[in-house]
This record gives sequence, C-alpha cells and structure tokens, in this order.
Amino acid sequence: MLNERILLSHGAGGGASQRLLDELFFHILGNEYLLQKNDAVVLPSVQGRIALSTDSFVVQPLFFRGGNIGKLAVCGTVNDLAVQGATPLYLTLGLIIEEGFLMADLLKIVESIAETCAAAGVKIVAGDTKVVNKGQADGLYINTTGIGVVPEGRNISGSLAMPGDVVIINGTIGEHGMAIMSERSGISWETDLMSDCAPLNGLIERILTATEEVHVMRDPTRGGVATTLNEIAAQSGVGIRLNETDLPITDGVRGACEMLGFDPLYVANEGKVLVIVPQSQAEKVLSAMHDHPLGRQAVIIGEVIADHPGLVTLRTGFGGERILDMLEGELLPRIC
Amino acid sequence: MSEFMANINERFRDPSLAKQLLERIKRAVQTLQRPINLMEVCGTHTVSISRNGIRQILPEGLKLLSGPGCPVCVTAQRDIDIIIEVVNNEQVILTTYGDMMKVPGTVANLQEAKALGRAVQVVYSPLDALKVATENPDKLVIFYSVGFETTAPMAAATLELAAAQGVRNFKIYSVHKLVPPALEGLLSADEVKIDGFILPGHVSTVVGGEAYRPVPEKYGVPAVIAGFEPLDILLGIERLVTQLVEGRATVENAYSRAGNWEGNQVAKQVLAEFFQPVDAEWRGIGVIPGSGLELADAYAAFNARNTEAIAEAEQRLVGLKSEIKGCRCGDVLKGVILPYECPLFGKACTPSRAIGPCMVSSEGSCAAYYKYERHRQLV
Repeated sequence: MLNERILLSHGAGGGASQRLLDELFFHILGNEYLLQKNDAVVLPSVQGRIALSTDSFVVQPLFFRGGNIGKLAVCGTVNDLAVQGATPLYLTLGLIIEEGFLMADLLKIVESIAETCAAAGVKIVAGDTKVVNKGQADGLYINTTGIGVVPEGRNISGSLAMPGDVVIINGTIGEHGMAIMSERSGISWETDLMSDCAPLNGLIERILTATEEVHVMRDPTRGGVATTLNEIAAQSGVGIRLNETDLPITDGVRGACEMLGFDPLYVANEGKVLVIVPQSQAEKVLSAMHDHPLGRQAVIIGEVIADHPGLVTLRTGFGGERILDMLEGELLPRIC
Repeated sequence: MSEFMANINERFRDPSLAKQLLERIKRAVQTLQRPINLMEVCGTHTVSISRNGIRQILPEGLKLLSGPGCPVCVTAQRDIDIIIEVVNNEQVILTTYGDMMKVPGTVANLQEAKALGRAVQVVYSPLDALKVATENPDKLVIFYSVGFETTAPMAAATLELAAAQGVRNFKIYSVHKLVPPALEGLLSADEVKIDGFILPGHVSTVVGGEAYRPVPEKYGVPAVIAGFEPLDILLGIERLVTQLVEGRATVENAYSRAGNWEGNQVAKQVLAEFFQPVDAEWRGIGVIPGSGLELADAYAAFNARNTEAIAEAEQRLVGLKSEIKGCRCGDVLKGVILPYECPLFGKACTPSRAIGPCMVSSEGSCAAYYKYERHRQLV
C-alpha cells in the first residue's frame, strides 16, 4: 500500500473510499465516536459552556523539522480552544487531497495526527476526505474543528488586559516560522531550527489551576508575538511594553532572521502561549509553568501600562524605546 | 551560524560597550558646550537609529538629523510622474524595485497603475528586467534604475550584458544619484548647520573614503564612515564629537571591516565605463552639479530617455504642475525639519496612506520615525 498513490476514486464514496477509511482513518484514529460511522456523530452531554473553533492548514512544505501538517492541524485547533480557557475534547478532521498524493506520506500524517491527539487527550470524532484533480490543490489541505468546555465563571478575553499586568511567554520565540522559512529558502542544512509545534492544553491547565486571575491568553501564531500583542493592546485599550533583553530567542532563530531579513517578534509560533496576569500572580504562574515540559523556559517579557493605549513598544538593550507595530504588507526587496 | 550570530551580538550590539561609548559622547558634548547637529546621511542608518532607540539615549544638545540618503525619496517629482505616465503606453513594460511601487506621483502611483492593468513588474535585480526584455521581444522594457553608488554597478553590469546580447528592446531610465556631491550641495546651500556627517557604510565600500575629502577640506566639517549595527553608529558619533572637541575635521573610517580609503576599484571602473556624471535634480534640494548618473554616450541606444515612449510621456505631462501639496519631504531630506515637524506627519500622511515618498520608502525617515518612534514626539 505504501507505494500507492491517492486516486480520484479514493474520494468518490465507493469501494476505494471505503478501503481508505477502513485501512487508514478508522484503523489509526478509531474510537467509540468515530466508529459510529453515521452521517453525524452523537456525543455525550458536557458540563459547562461549549467552546468551538475551526482552522484550515495549508502549510508548505507538508513535512518540516519538528512536525508536519497533521500535527499542526491538531495543535492549532487544540491551542485555540485551550487559550480560551476551554478543555479541548473532540475534533473533526477534513482533508482535501490532491490526486497522486503518496499514500506513505498520508499514512505518516495520519499517524502523527493520532499521536498528537493522544498527547492532547482529544479524539477525532468525525471526518471527511475529498480528492481533487492533480494541480487543483498543493498536495494536502486539512481543516480541523474542535469542541471544548469552559467551566462556569472562567472568563478569559483579549479585552481584559489591565495596567499593572505582566506578559508571560512559555519559551523561545519564532521557531515554527523560521523552521518553515529556512526549509523554503534552502538554508535548513546549516541551521538547527525546529518547529515548536505542540499541544498546549496540558500546560494551560496547570496555569489555570495555579491562578483564577488570568486576564488574557493567546497563542502568537501568524504575525508572531508583536502582532498578537498589538491585537490585545487595541482590544483592551492599554499600552504594552516589552523588554528586549528579556525576550527568549535562540541564536539559531536570530541568525536565520538576520539572514532572511525577518524580525523574530513577527514570526509565527505554534507551541507558544502569551499569558497576561496581574503582577501579584506572576510568581505562581511562572512556577506552575516551569513544572511543565513546555513551560520550562517561561519568563516575563513585558508589562501592561496605561501609557500610549493601543500601542506596543519595545525597550531596547540600549535603554531606548521603539514601537512594535502590527505586521503590515509584504516584504519588498531592498535597494541599498 | 549560531556562532556567527553570537559573534554579531557580542561585537556590535553589546549594551555594556554601548554604555562606554555613550559616556565618551556625553563628556565630549559637555566639553563642547553648544548644540551639536550630526547628520546621518543614509536611510539605513535612520532606520537603525529609530529601531534601536538610539536617539533617546543620546545626551541633550546632540541632535541627529536625517539626510538625503533614501534613493526613492530624493528622486525628483518629475522623474516619478514621467515613469507613471509612460506605463499608459501599451508598448511599454516597466520594471523596477518594489520600493517604487507606492511612491506617490502627482496624480497616481505605480501600484494603482498596475491595478488598472498597466504592465508594471517588480524585480529584485536589473538582470531580472533584462530577462523580461528577452522574453518580450515585441515590447519596450524599461528598467527604472534608482539608487546610489551601491545599486548602480549592478545596472552597469546588466547594461554590459544587454549590449553583448544585443537586447535592443531593453532600456534603462537612470535616476541614480551620487552621495558625495549631495553632501557638498547641502553644505553649500547652508540652510541648516551641520557639525558632522555619519557617512553610509555601504556606499563607502564602493566610493572609498577619499570621495568625501572635500567635506572636511572645503567646508571644515568632519565625516565618519559607519556601519549599521547600533555600536557602529555609536562609534561613528563618538568619532565625530571627538574630532569636534579636538578641533579637527577629517574623513575617518569607523567601518574598516568593509570599507577602505580607495573603495571598490572594479565597481568604480564599471561605473566609469557605462555611466557618466551629470547634473541632477534632488527633491527639496534642487539641481546639484555632477550628482547624478546618466548612461554613457556609447550606450545611448539603451537610454530610455532617448525613446519615443518617454518623449511622448513628457509631452502628455506638459502643463502638469509636478508637486504634492503640503508635503515637506524636501525639508526633511535637508535636515531643515524633523519628520514630526511636518504638519501632515501621522495625520494625513501615514505609511498606509502616504502623501510623500519619505513616508512610503522603507528607507524613508518619515516612515522610520512613524514606525518606531511616534509614541514619543507626536505633538
């Protein structure tokens, strides 16, 4: 089966479709809900409010150091639920596959989805597979939609940052984006960059157990830390000031950014969470994070202030202060 | 590569070394007991200064003025209007660097022209423009060649190739400018007092330190070649104020890892063969003798200015008053005002809705101030 390629018939709903479902998806991802095999899955009732999130994944290349599109598709939706204070429970999985896609690659991706679901404690409960003509998609696209529950009384939102809060991140910045960029630009052989792609719900559970006063939580994916904090500053009507010397950035990411002309603060992360809590809760939150493998390097990187509402600034290593704007437009070639 | 980065961080961004340089700068400024205006000529310096917050840590009394070192910004409005007009000619494919796309013409910009279906292509190198020409033999492919001594050698090399291959439909519209004559232009206009120049490291690797000799010799103004890392810039400032304290005025090289006194001989020879210096108009400053580069006579066949398409575009522009109302880019480029002293800054004029080129270009001083420092000096 491994030399096989995906054919249009695999998505046509007939025998080939059935074999693909049985041998691949049901076999690897199967659980009591997915194996109901009906047009819609019926799930047990839950305690608390329902959180729902959806995301589509079109990453290129499909395989990169530290992960692949399957792992990313699970982490992305799990993390979006988790930062909202929800416990992620169930995911749906939709695949759009280009005709001719290598079965062996699909197998690796589905196995990776299964592993990541197990790590995050979530189940794939419904799914869909479509195959499109060669040239109509770039290999494989994945959509995941996730359901989680939020306990009553828990209220986390981008609009709740307050002056006096601190901004915490669980580790080093910019690794996912630079791992992808370095593969694309062909410099990956001289870097040790690896995507940070990981499900964060375990870490976040620890944080929410340590304190009930989390004001804001966001995963700084597209647009990076700077863009995410700009959204929060605007939503909450506050200023945010980061300290350059406190930013955790590896030499590898710094070097790749320097070579390719990027700023790590604008580069995507897939296993990072920004946590905004009152200063008084910082110690508790940090020590809870340090106890979790994904939070060992958690640090305070900045503070929420009343000055310049809506703006994010960076205090540079030299003591000056500059604005960190939203990422805008495309990068254009430099002429001198 | 990690080693390379650690190296850069240690050597050029070390805050403790910066502190030592700052102390020396402070002492020198105290000794001088008068306001000091230094001009960073190059847009890349302006961006690095804003980005690293250097302006805010300098002692009071020491002011950094941004100079005419953004090639897109200093291009005369007429030269911008002509090129936006010429794309209305269906025979023409215009190729240029990305920075030109949003530069406001009197009536439109290239981005808008492109959206209307005009043939405008962004290229990373003039070689790409030449490729467009070979792929479209029935079109007139104009490369709008903008930049200082750093980009001109590439244009010259492309010209050599075009001539060798006989690509007759490839034309260059040169708006190249030269930095050393511009400094003399500023000093002789005497509109603003400049106590010293922070010279552009990249341009200097091509022209060499000797090209700036008239600055100290004719005008008694010290000048220091500096690199673009924060410590490079602080070192440049420290060298300048030290010269002022000691009453000296010379050209010094604080960027010895890349630049030297003679410059890049190969690049200079190529420039001399394919280009000739001409009087050129700079936005805000006016015509400066010998400050532009035009194609050498031997290559006149590749000069876009000699084409009918350009002549017709000029005809169509007769009567159009080339100017942008209210915009003070010209004064910003001369150091007469700081970007935020322009009444349009941050109000009518922002990077996403720019009125003048200094707010559009990634090297423009208005853009640098807006992007990194508007929280400080908005009045």
